[in-house]
Amino acid sequence: MATQHSRSAARLMMAPAVVLLLAWMLVPLTMTLWFSFKQYLPLRGGDLGWVGFENYVRFVTSSAFWPSVQATLIIVGGVLAITVVFGVLLAMLLDQPFWGQGIVRILVIAPFFVMPTVSALVWKNMFMDPVNGLFAHLWRAFGADPVSWLSEASLFSIVLIVSWQWLPFATLILLTAIQSLDSEQLEAAEMDGAPSLSRFWHIILPHLSRAITVVILIQTIFLLSIFAEIFVTTQGSFGTRTLTYLIFQRVLESQNVGLGSAGGVYAIILANIVAIFLMRIVGKNLDA
Amino acid sequence: MARAVTPRRKALTTLAAWAVGLLIFFPILWTILTSFKTEAQAISDPPVFLFFDWTLENYSVVQERSDYLRFLWNSVILAGGSTILGIIVAVPAAWAMAFVPSHRTKDILLWMLSTKMLPAVGVLYPMYLIFIQMGLLDTRIGLTLVLMLVNLPIIVWMLYTYFREIPGEILDAARMDGATLRDEIVHVLTPMAIPGIASTILLNVILAWNEAFWTLNLTAAKAAPLTAFIASYSSPEGLFYAKLSAASTMAIAPILILGWFSQKQLVRGLTFGAVK
Amino acid sequence: MGRITLDKVTKSFGEAEVIPPLDLTIEDGEFAVFVGPSGCGKSTLLRLIAGLEDVSSGQIRIDGQDATETPPAKRGLAMVFQSYALYPHMSVRKNIAFPLRMAKLDQAEIDRRVTGAADVLNLTDYLDRRPGQLSGGQRQRVAIGRAIVREPAAFLFDEPLSNLDAALRVGMRLEISELHKRLQTTMIYVTHDQVEAMTMADKIVVLRAGHIEQVGSPLELYRTPRNLFVAGFIGSPRMNFIEGETAARHDAHTIGVRPEHIAVSQTEGEWSGVVGVSEHLGSDTFFHIHDTGLAETITVRADGEVGFRHGDRIRLSPRTDAIHRFDKQGLRIG
Repeated sequence: MATQHSRSAARLMMAPAVVLLLAWMLVPLTMTLWFSFKQYLPLRGGDLGWVGFENYVRFVTSSAFWPSVQATLIIVGGVLAITVVFGVLLAMLLDQPFWGQGIVRILVIAPFFVMPTVSALVWKNMFMDPVNGLFAHLWRAFGADPVSWLSEASLFSIVLIVSWQWLPFATLILLTAIQSLDSEQLEAAEMDGAPSLSRFWHIILPHLSRAITVVILIQTIFLLSIFAEIFVTTQGSFGTRTLTYLIFQRVLESQNVGLGSAGGVYAIILANIVAIFLMRIVGKNLDA
Repeated sequence: MARAVTPRRKALTTLAAWAVGLLIFFPILWTILTSFKTEAQAISDPPVFLFFDWTLENYSVVQERSDYLRFLWNSVILAGGSTILGIIVAVPAAWAMAFVPSHRTKDILLWMLSTKMLPAVGVLYPMYLIFIQMGLLDTRIGLTLVLMLVNLPIIVWMLYTYFREIPGEILDAARMDGATLRDEIVHVLTPMAIPGIASTILLNVILAWNEAFWTLNLTAAKAAPLTAFIASYSSPEGLFYAKLSAASTMAIAPILILGWFSQKQLVRGLTFGAVK
Repeated sequence: MGRITLDKVTKSFGEAEVIPPLDLTIEDGEFAVFVGPSGCGKSTLLRLIAGLEDVSSGQIRIDGQDATETPPAKRGLAMVFQSYALYPHMSVRKNIAFPLRMAKLDQAEIDRRVTGAADVLNLTDYLDRRPGQLSGGQRQRVAIGRAIVREPAAFLFDEPLSNLDAALRVGMRLEISELHKRLQTTMIYVTHDQVEAMTMADKIVVLRAGHIEQVGSPLELYRTPRNLFVAGFIGSPRMNFIEGETAARHDAHTIGVRPEHIAVSQTEGEWSGVVGVSEHLGSDTFFHIHDTGLAETITVRADGEVGFRHGDRIRLSPRTDAIHRFDKQGLRIG
């Protein structure tokens, strides 16, 4: 619904954004692909020639690979489970009428605005420190031995920190979705004599399914690449080396760029698999 | 329409909601409180909650020792600069996609989104190399550009969803009234989209402010923003809880305040319109 | 001046041809109404004339000048939209002044024209309000004001009354008609409502699927519809169509009789049937008659209150001089 003139203007106006993003995507991606087929050690001889798929094979056969996949899965899975379950409960609670709704909403949303380095550092030192942390005080108050969280229960601790950061996001989206539920539908179900639990299962949860899917997909994409939380707390030790962190170490700490790049390609493929599902949902919504 | 509930039920809900809300907010509250304590009180066992000698000393120490204001300034430049640049690039693009859609529009939008999903670590070394080659490492301009590119898909996307709510007939009317493309965007579209543009700016300032991959990996000292400033507290200063708290409070306070204004936009911006 | 000529104009969206080759002339000063069911291409046609869409082929001439490639603003046409399309962030005054500002007129002239338009449209008291603070009818008047100040060669109206409630619609209809009488400027008006078309137009263009079905004055269309579609579309309630033996007796495939051309009686009449639903409007009564053996229902309009009840068997007599005859292709005979 437009004229030739406006269509050519439109192309011109889209050009800067498209060109920038295209460059932003293609240039580094091509370089990563290029390096991934090379033996490339910047501090130890530089470019040592083509090695075919050796980096790809070495990356997955290294002893660090499977533990990192496992750590990644535990962190992503754990955070998703916690944020979705508590997110739904919290959203339903906040959807009820109560005094001070605005203030409570603000309290609940706040962690999302805390920068990752701050939340990691505050949790690490002020809560999880085995000597002076608040948890240690609490444990001692009940006569228990303080836990050294980030080494003894390292993955759980990371999951806890990251969940705290992402719970607001899940809650807010699910709350928005719940509020879009037609209250007449619920009233009709009430008139039909459905008890509240079955109203939850048969009306609220199906209504939320799309929002839950969106939460899961978006969080997965962000969670796959969490970095600062690990960088600040354990630096990847005690079994918290995720795929992202492993690649980071290969590239910047051990300066094995070829190997790290091959890992990077894996990470890109992994993220794209998740992304495809998300795009489907978003794309469908675009048509509507 | 709100349904009538009994006062008893409302009281119970209030109690539960406040309890949960305070629990979730507690780490932030505790950080803010601790920032006003002395170091000794900060680690005292049992912990003191409100009844301690309030002091502002930590704040001045943090500023003196680590030049907080410089990091703050970098954060402001990076977050503000990348957002403004992003808006300048994104407004025309979003205009084109919202009002002159073609069969490719959807593909372009989704492709833009897909760039947002590229894991940063996958292109870490190339970016590092490019930055060194171009002399951009640890510069504000380099990082501003990167943060702009990182958030550009979200900016375009949000603006697109806002623009789509503006009826096309109004732009047709402007065209009939003799407005050129420039007049149309300056006098009609932009004023009508101001709330949407403001929300987009707000959310993207927040996202850029908190970005903690590129800011940690592509800066050293000169261009380092608050994310890096805090990361530097990792050790050994991290053991000084009161100072850590003061530094943390200063790093998150501006954005907490902005964030409270942007709850609604958060949903729209981060779900790409998939949840309404 | 505003004589608009469409010469073999076509429009396709991709593969789909929305407007097949179409010729039409609208004379200077004429009030032309494009009418048709939704999706008939009437709005597209208007947007082609406005220049908001490109024609796929053919030529549009305004006052003899080829305007096919001319951008909308340069065609000297003003448009009033269905949603009014007022600029919500500008006051009424600024809305009306916008086209003049775009034309870079000097401020004194702008003020003069805006005041004049506001005067004509009874908007003087509202000039400093925002569109959001106005009622639907007032918004409509602002949209018209914005069109008037440009002193265009022709006005284009795209279903301007469809967002108003019924009472307001009748009032605005009159206002627009009066405006036309006063300005004597060409107006092209798009609607799906045949009542608007009948009451306002000098010339009605009936469209279906992008085709012109008939062009003519309201009474021409009412009296001599060219085919079944126009016959059924113009007139309310709808014309009754009868096929089969009864039609054959009139040497036609289908005959049509308007409800107002059938008389009802207890005892006398050519046809008979049973009264179903009756709609009492006070001034008229519409009977829906079943079991006539002619068509499923025959609608009849009787003057005033007539005391038939549901289930009564009554007799009907069509006015023989008002029977329309159509052939197998649905085209008018004679």
